[in-house]
Amino acid sequence: MSTETQANAEHHAHEEHHHEETFITKYIFSQDHKMISKQFLLTGMFMAVIGMIMSTLFRMQLGWQGESFKVFSWLLGDRWAPDGVMDSNIYLALVTIHGTIMVFFLLTAGLSGTFANFLIPLQIGARDMASGFLNMLSYWFFFLSSCIMFGSIFIETGPASGGWTIYPPLSALPEAMPGSGLGMTLWLLSMTLFVVSSLLGGLNYVVTIINLRTKGMSMLRLPLSIWALFVTAILGVLSFPVLVSAVLLLMADRLLGTSFYLSDIFINGQVLDFHGGSPILYEHLFWFLGHPEVYIVLLPALGLSSEIIATNSRKPIFGYRAMVGSILAIGFLSFIVWGHHMFMTGMNPFLGAVFTFTTLLIAIPSAVKAFNYITTLWKGNIVYTPAMLFAVAMVSTFVTGGVTGIILADSALDIAIHDTLFVTAHFHVVMGLSSVMAMFGGVYHWFPKMYGRMMNTKLGYAHFWLTFVAAYGVFFPMHFTGIMGVPRRYYTNSEFPMFDAALPLDLIISMFAILGAFAQVIFFFNFFYSIFRGQKAIQNPWRANTLEWTTPVIPGHGNWPGELPVVHRWAYDYSKPGKPEDFVVQTVPLEDGEEDGGGH
Amino acid sequence: MISLLTYAVIILGIIAIVQLARVFELTGELKGRKEWEISEKDNSTQANLWLWFGIILFILFGWLVVEYGDSAQPNGSLHGVAYDNLLMVNFAIVVFVFLLVNAVLFYFAWKYKRDANRVPEYFTHSTKLEMIWTIVPSIVMAGIIIYGILFWYETIMTKPSEDAIAIELYSKQFDWTARYGGKDNQVGSANVRLIEGANFLGIDVEDPSSKDDIIIKGEFHIPVNKEISFQLRSQDVLHGAYMPNFRMQINTVPGQMTRFHFTPNKTTKQQREELDNPDFHYVLLCNKICGSAHYNMQMNIIVETEEEYNKWLGEQQDFMAQVPELFENNNEKLMAEKK
Repeated sequence: MSTETQANAEHHAHEEHHHEETFITKYIFSQDHKMISKQFLLTGMFMAVIGMIMSTLFRMQLGWQGESFKVFSWLLGDRWAPDGVMDSNIYLALVTIHGTIMVFFLLTAGLSGTFANFLIPLQIGARDMASGFLNMLSYWFFFLSSCIMFGSIFIETGPASGGWTIYPPLSALPEAMPGSGLGMTLWLLSMTLFVVSSLLGGLNYVVTIINLRTKGMSMLRLPLSIWALFVTAILGVLSFPVLVSAVLLLMADRLLGTSFYLSDIFINGQVLDFHGGSPILYEHLFWFLGHPEVYIVLLPALGLSSEIIATNSRKPIFGYRAMVGSILAIGFLSFIVWGHHMFMTGMNPFLGAVFTFTTLLIAIPSAVKAFNYITTLWKGNIVYTPAMLFAVAMVSTFVTGGVTGIILADSALDIAIHDTLFVTAHFHVVMGLSSVMAMFGGVYHWFPKMYGRMMNTKLGYAHFWLTFVAAYGVFFPMHFTGIMGVPRRYYTNSEFPMFDAALPLDLIISMFAILGAFAQVIFFFNFFYSIFRGQKAIQNPWRANTLEWTTPVIPGHGNWPGELPVVHRWAYDYSKPGKPEDFVVQTVPLEDGEEDGGGH
Repeated sequence: MISLLTYAVIILGIIAIVQLARVFELTGELKGRKEWEISEKDNSTQANLWLWFGIILFILFGWLVVEYGDSAQPNGSLHGVAYDNLLMVNFAIVVFVFLLVNAVLFYFAWKYKRDANRVPEYFTHSTKLEMIWTIVPSIVMAGIIIYGILFWYETIMTKPSEDAIAIELYSKQFDWTARYGGKDNQVGSANVRLIEGANFLGIDVEDPSSKDDIIIKGEFHIPVNKEISFQLRSQDVLHGAYMPNFRMQINTVPGQMTRFHFTPNKTTKQQREELDNPDFHYVLLCNKICGSAHYNMQMNIIVETEEEYNKWLGEQQDFMAQVPELFENNNEKLMAEKK
């Protein structure tokens, strides 16, 4: 540990009493990790609302295909919804921006940005992040990126609409679709800034975890949430630059006339002057980020759930070392499986076989994680806080979505179901739902530490059950429409009589989607109401072991008023025999002859 | 008027939720309830809801399987039979794991709710258990991988036989064109840079094998039980050639040729009789987002007996007959070059 940095941080903390912070430095250009975390959370939530409204709109189109809706003309205007009937271009735009927002803005920046910032210093016993300034920059790049993405929705030719993967040539040629004009340029700009943000954040997380752990906090005493956020940050730092290169080359093709991805194209009655490029190169670059990205989204969810499940089962997390090992294994494997997104792209089929093999290996550490969660519940004393409901739900969606991954990982089976709604259903359940569930769980669990107040439990219950039922209601039937062969990103499937059987399912899916969207009103009300009017929290409401609960109810700048806490044991001493309480905080020294870490 | 009412109902609904929440909040405060203390009643209600959720989920899953379990498009290709078996085996494993693990999860979530009389076990790890759920999935995965890759090898990684019928599928926003090799069964070379007027596929007229090519729009025919070897091109953006019935799919890539081959094993007529659906059609559709009319980029495929197919093919004009002037111009050009 760098004692110098730590001394600086302490010095800094003491200084805090002397000069008052202004509104601007405290709430806007704050360098405090807790404030930055809340900024990420609120921005992520705002973007999520946009993404959710978009999904409700396109689900309405799919549930009642070609119907006219007042709300379409109201939100989309006459240009995109003449007479209230959705235009197919805006449909594609909605699908595209929904995906972009949910994957990057909510589940990458919103999830990691919130919880890595909030939990890393608090759970490893640090005053703040290694660099508060870079951390602040990270948020403001994200903010800028969000503004550009949000602004791109309102331009005349519409936002990017080539799917969230923006494969060229569709995304490279303004002639190909309206969304490939200015909207696409803004998308690329926004994503470049996003990657800058994510790199600044990620480097900070890695450096902080390596250098600023408090005394006694060895790597194998870190809570699993920190392990997950650590590996997530490493994945991000290694893979996001590849997205930047993909995006910059695409920009060059669009603006400078280069031919990285383009070749032999005839469109709008003329041959374009592109020679020798290949769209498949783009696909490789995109998915080299894109697949680790799935785990950048998922690993924090697994980490947060580990904390919530252990705390509320009143039992140690089962198989701590195996959990750490599986996080590392998943992180490593995620770099050598990207080709499974490209089985049907014309990539050499031999590679298909290789990627099938590596991809299916991921099932093994994933299975270990799922079984370890379930064993943690076994013979526990489960307390159903709203956070715990969401964490258990995450285990369910992780399993349900994970098993269909076995089918999609098999190049042979992709022949008929690649790019169908089966894929959409799979990744929404395993990545989307799992992460959203864990994120909700995280918000309910750490809300008292963030705002010093409690969220309402009863509303939390109502929010959970409506959300969870809607989640399964949307994505379960979608697997079946996928098996029928209904392709994803179809504005309507009524042009094909063979897909008529899917129409009743489409209707059911859309109704659950609307239910799920309305259920979030409860959450938003609960969240904002509780910030101001919620019951005052106590120091350790969930009787948890980790260090964040040893701070004052609302930790100030520097987190601990006096000395930094010293860690003597792992984070999971719940219901340890011979202890007066069913939890032992990490700062409690080991007794004579007491073994740490459950005998490891 | 109705829309006004709808808005009114929505707004009133939101107000109602908000008011309800405040009532909860106030009564809770009056009773001295603490948000971090979950009452026994609440806790067991939540635990019971897990059990009910699990039961209802499984019942609805059963209903979906009964109602939609066999809704995959009817198969019409030789390898499709093996494909369907592979899918079935995988599904059997996947559904079993889904049911088992979720059932255990929901059961534990219900069974191990907080109980003042139970002392939770301080159970931190068990190498034996962890070995079991590392090794068992590994073995299952190994089986799945081997089975899948063998099929992939036989279907995708093999070359079509020499006498397979050569057809090119040409994609552009937003339709398909089929081009048959003709008498020599060789599709002539082509490039988008040669597109001009009637030569809308950019066929190279200097390539001798392009003269007898047959260009088909609308719907194309293939003979049953004969191997068909497709080559695929795209004129503008990526498209996906997807034939759900033939269990076949590959993207079309501008500047690059992609390929697949298969043998249809049922004629359209047979399929119609078996399904008792006179409107049945084999379809080629686009399965890679390609623009505004992506959802309607389709072409019908007629599978028929070899005699019917030969008769149909014989009625089609070849490329040179369709646009003789192209070849005449080319001849003149060649003559001029020779001089």
